[in-house]
Amino acid sequence: MKKTRNLFLMVALVSAAAALSAQGLDPVLLTKPATDSWPTYSGDYSGRRFSPLTQINQTNIKNLSLAWVNHLTPGPGAAGPFARRGTENPPTIVGGEIEEAVPVRGAGRISGAVLQVNGILYVSVPDNAWAVDARDGSVLWHYYWKTKGGTHIGNRGMGMYKDWLYFETPDDYLVSLDAKTGKERWHKVISDFNEQYFSTIAPIVIGNHLLVGTADDLDAPGFLQSFDPETGELQWKWYSEPEKMGDPGSETWPNLDSMRHGGAGTWVPGSYDAQLHLYYFGTANPTPAFSGATREGDNLYTSSIVALNVDTGKLAWAFQPSPHDTHDWDAAQTPVIVDGEFKGKPRKLLLDASRNGYFFVLDRVTGEHLLTVPYADSLNWSKGIDKAGRPVRDPEKDASPGGALVSPDSDGIVNWQPPTYDPQTGLFYVSTDEMYSVYYRTEPNVRALQGLNGIQEQRVGSIGKYITAIDYKTGKIAWRHLQVSAGEGSGNSGLTTTAGKLLFGGDANGNLVAYDPANGKPLWHTHLGLVSNAVETYMLDGRQYILAASGDSLYAFALNF
Amino acid sequence: MHRVKIVFFTLLGLTAAAFAAQQPPVSGPAQQPGAIQASPPAATPPAPRVAPPPAYPVRPPADPALVARGKQIFSANCSFCHGSDARGGEGGPNLIRSQLVLDDKDGELIATVVQNGRPDRGMPKFDLTTEQISTIAAFVHSMPVGGRAATTGTVDPLVGDAKAGEAYFNGAGKCSTCHSVSGDLAGIGARYPDPRALQGAIVSGERRGELSEISRKTVTVTLRTGQTVQGRLDQIDDFLVSLTDDNGNYHSYPRHGDYPKVVVKDPLQPHLDMLRTFKDDDIHNLTAYLVTLK
Repeated sequence: MKKTRNLFLMVALVSAAAALSAQGLDPVLLTKPATDSWPTYSGDYSGRRFSPLTQINQTNIKNLSLAWVNHLTPGPGAAGPFARRGTENPPTIVGGEIEEAVPVRGAGRISGAVLQVNGILYVSVPDNAWAVDARDGSVLWHYYWKTKGGTHIGNRGMGMYKDWLYFETPDDYLVSLDAKTGKERWHKVISDFNEQYFSTIAPIVIGNHLLVGTADDLDAPGFLQSFDPETGELQWKWYSEPEKMGDPGSETWPNLDSMRHGGAGTWVPGSYDAQLHLYYFGTANPTPAFSGATREGDNLYTSSIVALNVDTGKLAWAFQPSPHDTHDWDAAQTPVIVDGEFKGKPRKLLLDASRNGYFFVLDRVTGEHLLTVPYADSLNWSKGIDKAGRPVRDPEKDASPGGALVSPDSDGIVNWQPPTYDPQTGLFYVSTDEMYSVYYRTEPNVRALQGLNGIQEQRVGSIGKYITAIDYKTGKIAWRHLQVSAGEGSGNSGLTTTAGKLLFGGDANGNLVAYDPANGKPLWHTHLGLVSNAVETYMLDGRQYILAASGDSLYAFALNF
Repeated sequence: MHRVKIVFFTLLGLTAAAFAAQQPPVSGPAQQPGAIQASPPAATPPAPRVAPPPAYPVRPPADPALVARGKQIFSANCSFCHGSDARGGEGGPNLIRSQLVLDDKDGELIATVVQNGRPDRGMPKFDLTTEQISTIAAFVHSMPVGGRAATTGTVDPLVGDAKAGEAYFNGAGKCSTCHSVSGDLAGIGARYPDPRALQGAIVSGERRGELSEISRKTVTVTLRTGQTVQGRLDQIDDFLVSLTDDNGNYHSYPRHGDYPKVVVKDPLQPHLDMLRTFKDDDIHNLTAYLVTLK
């Protein structure tokens, strides 16, 4: 025991010295899987959420316990009750273009990535960003943006380039902060507030590109923009729909008007293959979301997985998990990049558990479809799989006056919560909820449907919530672990695996749990209240930390001897 | 679209009151498994829900006379191309959500287009005064724009056949094995004024949820000593099971794999099982039948 402690101390001293000399985040480091930091949304570009760290493992997980906790208080003048003791609370830096913020509700939930770079955590919720000392949780600075409004549904985290941070606001600004001080460098408009856009996604830094998405629940088109991270200048802009009739994909729309108002926001960060220079992500639903009457056709590239050349913003290929989506499912899930065997051949693969309940394996070089399988038992909206590997929608299951009983509900079998892939087991893990809804169309005039409205959705029961492990080579379910609860329990959880043979996730009752990735057996847990982000892990001072969030609180765990 | 995945069972807004007002079930032989338990609204109404502030600015309502006048002028001049509801036609785009209309305040931007036309897109210019165009603007702006705005539809959800529903109730649906139209379901049609709420209750078995005070699952815990404890299930996960027994005492036990032995009974399990096989027509017919039980 004593030996271990001394070793820890030595490692701590060495890495503390390293931390002092380190400056910012070199974007080149993002191309290598990091173990001492969590520098981008998924930890690295692969979307695998697999950490090679083994200090915490199946043998010693029983000793995992709290290192620190902090509650973050959003708003104009609060640095949090646990801010550095003995000194003044760090002042809140206030930004925004209006005199007084428009009141909003429920904006304090940490439901995205927390970055960890050089021992500092960078945390965000809508309109708020913090720097937090990763060693004890104390707040170093707090930035608050006075909002004009917009849908305050969540903030999926920040992006970092050198000493600069980037985050989006619900009223459609991209704000760049100095990571050392929290002071604003600049902010700029990324989409039109008057058109009812709102912006939540974590910006992704790739080389000298800052990829920024936005979304709209009315019907304005989705797009992804690439900015110069130094100057904020626009490099390229890719629209989720073809821009004019005659362009490839426009044949899947009845006319220009429907195509231009086809929705398909870009709100879940993607993955990146540095060799292919391709950025992969899923687009959101077409609009109107629950009726296809005014948008006959497949509606490309809504509810699609797309591959964009990161230097030009040009589409390399697209695959559509939900052609002509009429249930607001989106294809917005994190695509996972895996190099592995498929049917005996080594391939560059992309794995995606789509919200519509189907699991897809694609060749990520060409977009060639390799496998489509349902990964939930409850699905009842499809008439089969077409030649291109896409589920065929059953029009009988569209929202109707009398109501259509459909699984999944509009949240999907999984929503944004990221899956994980563990190369040690070869399994893909995703949190699943087999919920049924009755979808009613309540608006008599199908032309009057806008965005998400014109319907009522009635959730009538889930036949099971699980952590589901999928063998991507066959599409077979390797195991499922039931998330029991007395009531209906919470929805899905983001997942993370480690080389310590651990799978971390939140259960339906508010436990943070470490499972055995081989069989789903729970090995360790602690009750935090609903885990609202996906677990992250990194080494700091020779100690491996497990970081989880529940609501407005951040929890760090480590082996405490 | 993305949203917070907090599951709660909205058997539509209209039933929220009915649910919140529910009384705990009366135990005893009269209580059938899976009984639908809606009760008439109680004397104390539930706390009103506070509406969230609008995410986007809402236009103040215009003078109805102005809107009516604008509708007339629109109808005469614009509807041929843009549709009588301004949501687009063969020739012209949907105006309700056009960016220019969204940015327009009082017709000032619309006037530029109307008075000059858009020859490149085949729109002629119109000889309308600024005042007339501002009434058109009032009409177009009077229609709500929003992707999350609640709609109160007037579509009749009763599309089923009551006779077929009755046959299903007593036959293939096996509803009558647990329920009786003169017993637990007597007057169910009157208890749910909204047929959609009634249908939701039918399909779900009126499931527990945040809006319900009732958690009707029961549990039997068998300890290592062989002693058993029974009661209403309060909480269960992989690590803990807790219950309240008939005397109102709370019990909580750590779970270690198979110990203690835990058996949960969900009286609504048949309803969950039916979700996999229910046909929409059967659901609609059942609703059409049960709505007649006033």
